Amino acid sequence: MPASLPPQRHRAGRRAAPLLALLFILAGGPEARSADPVVVHIDNFTFGPDTITVAPGTAVTWINGDDIPHTVVAKDRLFRSKALDTEDRYTFVFTQPGKYPYFCSLHPHMTGTVVVTGPAG
Amino acid sequence: MPDHDDGTLNRRGALACMTWAGTGLLWSLGGGVPRAVGLETAVATEAPSAPFRFLQISDSHVGFDKAANPDALGTLREAVAKIRLLPDKPDFIIHTGDISHLSKEREFDDADQILRETGVPLFFVPGEHDLLDDDQGGAYRARYGQGSRGAGWYSFDRHGIHFVGLVNVVDLKAGGLGNLGPAQLDWLDRDLAGLASSTPVVVFAHIPLWTVYPEWGWGTQDGARALASLKRFGSVTVLNGHIHQIIQKVEGTITFHTARSTAFPQPAPGTAPSPGPVKLPAGELRKVLGVASVTFVRGAEPLAIVDTPLAG
Repeated sequence: MPASLPPQRHRAGRRAAPLLALLFILAGGPEARSADPVVVHIDNFTFGPDTITVAPGTAVTWINGDDIPHTVVAKDRLFRSKALDTEDRYTFVFTQPGKYPYFCSLHPHMTGTVVVTGPAG
Repeated sequence: MPDHDDGTLNRRGALACMTWAGTGLLWSLGGGVPRAVGLETAVATEAPSAPFRFLQISDSHVGFDKAANPDALGTLREAVAKIRLLPDKPDFIIHTGDISHLSKEREFDDADQILRETGVPLFFVPGEHDLLDDDQGGAYRARYGQGSRGAGWYSFDRHGIHFVGLVNVVDLKAGGLGNLGPAQLDWLDRDLAGLASSTPVVVFAHIPLWTVYPEWGWGTQDGARALASLKRFGSVTVLNGHIHQIIQKVEGTITFHTARSTAFPQPAPGTAPSPGPVKLPAGELRKVLGVASVTFVRGAEPLAIVDTPLAG
């Protein structure tokens, strides 16, 4: 069985490619893969989109559209915004590839992830 | 704080027999005179000794000025005016957090100035909105934290009742709910250790200690451990805020009660896309804001929690 695994995986990958491309587009459009600034909107106690994939060097800005303050805090505390009142924004520049889960420290059921792909910028 | 209780075994025994009961008595600000006479009359005829009463006020969010209530300071002022109209002064007031909206000194100043007008002692626990300064609660603790431990928890005794103020809005974990933390839970065990099981206990904290609606974070992750520590007591009342609406539950000897806000309402669990402030038609707001009065009558009717809207 192990001998047959690689080709199986390869075929599965080929079949999934168009679907993955579609998912990337839905997740934030082509700009989400470049170093252009990216915006995450906070509305109805939700980070939207909750997962974004960006290139190294991308500035990600969160804008709070709620009537209640929120924060943007990395799970590992790499970044931590002040309390964002309505229409306040917070920006963090992601330089290193990796997966950065974050949450609102006031309403911790609000979670999101920034995925930084590609070589370090 | 010292316990001034000089009660005898008999009194303790009598207290142990009492249960806590919630009631929906309302009185109206519009008429000028509170219409809670039913309770007052009953108390006067059935129990010669004066009842012990305290109030719960919550979620004043001073500084909030959005559509759901452009003047949260004004509605707090109305709540305090209403408290001053009470025929019997409460012994003290417990504020279950979110005193301010954004932890600004000015907001705390305004809140304090108005709350002081009640003329009775105030006890506080912080809400998450009170810990938004750069020092993550330094401003709150400097103002309200005297005599407390950790993030601001403490206990005191009045009239034979043990009161415990807990903090469940600190060090919240991603994806989680309210949080007490092991240090506070250990302290709670030590705090309760010397008490007879017949001692009535009132526990107050900002976020509900039981799980109301986890999808909106309305619960406390390690709340069950605190409740387990309280299980041996014959009468436990848990007072919370945070969700800006009245929800009551009785589980064994523990009665749970959440208070209204004095600032703005929030939707019933799961009835809206988010727990954000609800904007009501003009004239409806004051019907869903208010305070709670907790009355403890010795030797007669049990303690009652009466929720009072700003307007009927």
